[in-house]
Amino acid sequence: MTDIARAPAARPRLGRIRMGVIGPILALVVLMAIGASMNENFLSWNNMTNVLARSAFIGIIAVGMTFVITAGGLDLSVGSMAAFVAGLMILVMNLALPSMGVGLPVVMLGVGVALLAGLVAGLLNGIFVTALRIEPFIVTLGSMGIYRSLVTWLADGGTLSLDFGLRTFYQPVYYGGIFGISWPIIVFAIVVIIGEIIMRGTAFGRHCAAVGSNEQVARYSSVRVGRVRLMTYAALGLLVGIAVVMYVPRLGSASSATGVLWELEAIAAVIIGGTFLKGGFGRVWGTVLGVLILSMIGNILNLTDFVSPYLNGAIQGAIIILAVVLQRESKAGH
Amino acid sequence: MSGAAVLSLRQVSRSFGPIEVLHGVDIALSPGRVHALIGENGAGKSTTMKIMAGYQPPSSGEVLLDGAVTTFATPGEAEARGISMIHQEFNLAEPLSVEQNIFLGRELKRGPFLDKRAMRAKTRELLERLECRVSPDRLVSTLSNSDKQMVEIAKALLRETRVLIMDEPTAVLTSAETAILLRQVRALRQAGTAVLFTSHKLNEVAEIADDLTIMRDGAVVWSGPAAEMDEHAMATAMVGREMSDLFPPKDGRPGEVALELRGLTVPGFSRDVSLTLRRGEILGIAGLIGSGRTETFEGLCGLRPATGEVRVNGQPVRISEPWQAQAMGLCYLTEDRKTRGLLLAKGMRENLTLQALRQFSRGLIDTRAEEAALDEAIREFDIRGSRAALVGNLSGGNQQKLLFAKTMLADPRILIIDEPTRGIDIGTKQQMYGFIRRLAAEGRAIVVISSEMQEVIGLADSILVMRHGRVTGELSGAEATEDAIVRLAMGVAPTTAGTAA
Ligand SMILES: Nc1ncnc2c1ncn2[C@@H]1O[C@H](COP(=O)(O)OP(=O)(O)OP(=O)(O)O)[C@@H](O)[C@H]1O
Ligand SMILES: [Mg+2]
Repeated sequence: MTDIARAPAARPRLGRIRMGVIGPILALVVLMAIGASMNENFLSWNNMTNVLARSAFIGIIAVGMTFVITAGGLDLSVGSMAAFVAGLMILVMNLALPSMGVGLPVVMLGVGVALLAGLVAGLLNGIFVTALRIEPFIVTLGSMGIYRSLVTWLADGGTLSLDFGLRTFYQPVYYGGIFGISWPIIVFAIVVIIGEIIMRGTAFGRHCAAVGSNEQVARYSSVRVGRVRLMTYAALGLLVGIAVVMYVPRLGSASSATGVLWELEAIAAVIIGGTFLKGGFGRVWGTVLGVLILSMIGNILNLTDFVSPYLNGAIQGAIIILAVVLQRESKAGH
Repeated sequence: MSGAAVLSLRQVSRSFGPIEVLHGVDIALSPGRVHALIGENGAGKSTTMKIMAGYQPPSSGEVLLDGAVTTFATPGEAEARGISMIHQEFNLAEPLSVEQNIFLGRELKRGPFLDKRAMRAKTRELLERLECRVSPDRLVSTLSNSDKQMVEIAKALLRETRVLIMDEPTAVLTSAETAILLRQVRALRQAGTAVLFTSHKLNEVAEIADDLTIMRDGAVVWSGPAAEMDEHAMATAMVGREMSDLFPPKDGRPGEVALELRGLTVPGFSRDVSLTLRRGEILGIAGLIGSGRTETFEGLCGLRPATGEVRVNGQPVRISEPWQAQAMGLCYLTEDRKTRGLLLAKGMRENLTLQALRQFSRGLIDTRAEEAALDEAIREFDIRGSRAALVGNLSGGNQQKLLFAKTMLADPRILIIDEPTRGIDIGTKQQMYGFIRRLAAEGRAIVVISSEMQEVIGLADSILVMRHGRVTGELSGAEATEDAIVRLAMGVAPTTAGTAA
């Protein structure tokens, strides 16, 4: 657009990139320093793994969100999608329990249902956005309402709880782990590594950035724009399914309050991490920093009684706005 | 000369990061004179102009306004002091109307309300002066490139300008529109305005310039009255070597039929287009801007909905997406490099390989191979500019070369090139023509759409002329003259066609 002609003397590229890279890292370091100085338990192994495990669900979803946003899209439905998928998973497992009995098969069935439901839900969002050309904001605002009401309906306004015996059997997936690292953290790490490799190293990642940067150019360059977009939504849906698989053993229940505001936290993490909200550039490792920054703020507020934990949302909100301002400064170069 | 100068540069240098792109440039504009600035792609013409109009500060050296050293903090400041610039890239707000664009930032008011009637009248008057027949209500996003250029010019005319700087204003104009623009420039000169412009069309320069400055590699290599230089001497000074024939010999031997269209129709743009294209052949498509040439071939390549019969290598095919066309070896190289050709916010490497990324990835992208391809492209197409720069910061001509290189990586067997040399300097044009001819000699089938008649005549084996979305005639060999093309393109008798030629 006109930026090119108007920008007075673009700054050298190196300086600009560095600021964008350093920003989130610096913020994380500062947060950790603040946390450590306020409470000696903050940097303890227990607290750190706790923070990580709690942020794993949002983190797994945020990795998928990074792709959607990079390709110029948006998905507001992930929070209620997670609640719906969790409800469905619990319902199916409870139904199958009498015939299958407590054991691995029932859990595998549940996992299968969660992954499939997530994938289908993501595909539906993607089809509406690509084939019917409806704004992603509108489509996912709609599906957000639909899934939220579906889970409320499935739970009949209350809570869907996993059978107690089954819950005990399934629980180690959240609470267990190897070498003192719990499974959610391990799954999160694997998702991040795969996501980072795809974003940076594969044709698909490149195509996402191209589509988000300028859809016309991508189309004229024979990129299958619709398919790329569709795949980002499908991948995000699948990741929601994975997050649910890790989440259900934690509480063993789902209700209309499950996953509330997850979409906002995921989107915020992506933006704080340096991905452009309007698409064209994304980085998965930045999203991880974003997730950590957001959950550490909550953790610090809980550990110290300096500021009320009720102000968590306000501080997170301020950080999100700040991140976008910094991003714009470093992008425009003036 | 510099004594009477309104605006001048003294020993101006400009660096981007560690790279200096202007080295001690001197240039002076005098009132009531037209000054042409010419040079190869990336010579630094646009950068020089941006410094004069306050869009960029010089790294060293001075800008003088009325003989006094000045610094413009913003382009607005320069504008307030009577300096307007029309950019190489359009600087219009696409979602706004023509009228809103012309008055953007200087809306006429009556009390607290917009004076719509006065603005409407003024817009009409300006557009009339430019013989531009678009309605003031039209959204700029729906205008053709040449109409957008006219709106840009109208915007500049609205201001009381003492200095008008135009960066390649005629690149997107037809010869008839260029004639209108040059008339306006003469009128401004008469009124005492100092005009600075660049163009890669040296005949325009010879026609209108009073003073001439020639740049090569960021430095002024010649400066003086334009009358002292003819076109050939300009080309030689720009390129730094003797220029031989611009067009390669037409020694193609057409082989079997590669592409056949029967009754191709692109709703709203073209009707019933039929043609036969052979391997080794270069087919030129001439016609006025707006005659549906671009849309016809975009329709062919799945970029627009189209109906009709298409045969590739004798096989009937259906193409509804560009990637399907590419899979059949059919590629379309767009005329619009800024919004359809290149990702301006990305680097050269990502752009170069975007269209043929599969070649570079076996699971993971092989960046080493990409870098090698970039080296190769830079060498083969003589692309100048820093490798680390964003493509949006490359000079216009170098963007065009990169776009060409990008499309060639997809190794098309049938290649449609839309305006191949728009904004390209004469030395590079010669290279491009040679290159296109070599592609044909390799057995590829080529279509060249061009608004430059000399280009179609010099390059193509045969020429189809389009008018209002239909093919109005085919010309080849000695019949292919400018006069014949104009006649078919305008649908008028030869005697009245003379004015537009
Ligand atoms: N913002 C920028 N950052 C880095 N390099 C730049 C920038 N702007 C211009 N350059 C470089 O400066 C050189 C001169 O560019 P300029 O646009 O002035 O050329 P030009 O003579 O107008 O060429 P053309 O005829 O192709 O338009 C080019 O090598 C270009 O890549
Ligand atoms: Mg230029």
